[in-house]
Amino acid sequence: MVSPLMAILLFFLVLPVGMILIVSFWQATEFSIIPAFSFENYEFLFGSSVTFRVFMNTFKYAVVTWVFTLLIGFTVAYFLAFHVRTQRWQIALFLLCTIPFWTSNIIRMISWIPFLGRNGIANSALMSWGVTDRPLEWLLFSDFAVILAFVHLYTLFMGVPIFNTMMRIDKSLIEAARDAGANGAQILWNVIVPLTKPGIMIGTIFVITLVMGDFITVRFMSGSQSANVGRLISNDIALLAYPSAAATAIVLLCTVLIVIATLLRFVDIRKEL
Amino acid sequence: MMEPRGKSFYVLAAFFGLFLLFLYGPTVTIAILSFQGPGGGLTFPMQGLSLHWFRDLFEQQAVGDIWGSFRRSFVLGLMVMVVTVVVSVMGGLAFRHRFPGSNVLFYLIITSLVIPSILISLGVGLIFSQSGLEVHWSTSGFGSQLTWTLPFGLLIMFAVFNRFDKSYEEAARDLGASPWQTIRHVVLPIIAPSLIGVALFGFTLSYDEFARTLLTAGSYNTLPLEIFGMTTNVTSPVLYALGTLTTLFSLLIIGVFLSITWLSARRKARAGSDAGKGMI
Repeated sequence: MVSPLMAILLFFLVLPVGMILIVSFWQATEFSIIPAFSFENYEFLFGSSVTFRVFMNTFKYAVVTWVFTLLIGFTVAYFLAFHVRTQRWQIALFLLCTIPFWTSNIIRMISWIPFLGRNGIANSALMSWGVTDRPLEWLLFSDFAVILAFVHLYTLFMGVPIFNTMMRIDKSLIEAARDAGANGAQILWNVIVPLTKPGIMIGTIFVITLVMGDFITVRFMSGSQSANVGRLISNDIALLAYPSAAATAIVLLCTVLIVIATLLRFVDIRKEL
Repeated sequence: MMEPRGKSFYVLAAFFGLFLLFLYGPTVTIAILSFQGPGGGLTFPMQGLSLHWFRDLFEQQAVGDIWGSFRRSFVLGLMVMVVTVVVSVMGGLAFRHRFPGSNVLFYLIITSLVIPSILISLGVGLIFSQSGLEVHWSTSGFGSQLTWTLPFGLLIMFAVFNRFDKSYEEAARDLGASPWQTIRHVVLPIIAPSLIGVALFGFTLSYDEFARTLLTAGSYNTLPLEIFGMTTNVTSPVLYALGTLTTLFSLLIIGVFLSITWLSARRKARAGSDAGKGMI
């Protein structure tokens, strides 16, 4: 029963990663790549201060995006799970939140242009309110735009697992807390948040891996002015420097897997399904 | 029984409203801007109201091969959808029992979900180029997309089978059903609504996938690749017109899947479960 699954994962996941690992030890000329066994690519990677800066920038994006998606995702899920009273409305509003997930990410990025551009809605509004007399240049094509797009794209990945966990919280626990004299804030902090942790962890895994592996959002929203590891890889690919791209990819993969392995210590995914 | 709503409800409801505005606002904006007049640009103000940019989409020379790429994305989406549903159901059934390697396979599925997409793109591209095969959206692109849709399908199936009441199957077996009959006439009808969900994931994730097809689609682009190419050299509202059309198409697909779910749920509610009726 699992042989098709195994075959697909073997050929399109395990083999490609193996291939990248092998190629990361190869050498490259301007026109071709040459099989070899050299640590050149890794030496270059670890010896360059650019690598360090770019990795730090990647972590920065991941952490800042995580904070915002968690705050927004949690609040939205909490509203849906505990303040919307009928199941019909819960389902309808939940669907309304998830529909954008099934539409194109690239279009959703493009759609920020009329908002954030020099003559965009945000700038016109700010100028007409007298907040600023010149268009703000940093709205589009900046770290601000990158983070905004990440939050816009990935809050669903945080909100949905949290909502899912919240819906399984036994409502009588909350009544018990109320009977014992807890106020709303205490119930939220001492009952709901601890019971929601597995959902938060799953959402965190999604958001961190999506942001760390991204290259297209950073390229598009920063107007090629900022870099993360994904862009480092895609730039190397564009220059046909596959061995160098492969070495960077391996380091990125190891980083992501270490982060995920750490997070998985706090949650048993199989139990949460 | 219903207590009056507190202040926190209204604060949270306002927050939720703002969140929806944040989610949908930009998309609605480009939908409006795609009706720009012929002299209009990428931002407000509107220079009149016209279908000029939609008409442009239908002229080959203006925008490249978007209809070809749409056809390819549609076919690829269907292929990915069918394989995702079938393989996820088989995987879900198999994972109900432990088998040699089940733990390793489970973590492979998780890896497939969390691995940066560009690694799949790069790795599959390298394998094909080094072994002299040609990358094509229907082979290398197809496989690469499955590594993204299958984990979603499988996780949904795991969740479904975790809640599945095994006594239905035992009853079928006691009545003399063969293993295949049990699956065909008992298990599949019960899990059918979730399969619609898996199919929706399979199709839309494939239809919108960019990173995993970037280096694996070959010389014929899928729609997201074509759109991304346009962002670098098209600076007119034709981009918005295309965005509006693909978003409408996605909404149409979502609508179709949701109404199938809704109709089948209604039919079930009216007739009771139809599990087993196929036996006659």
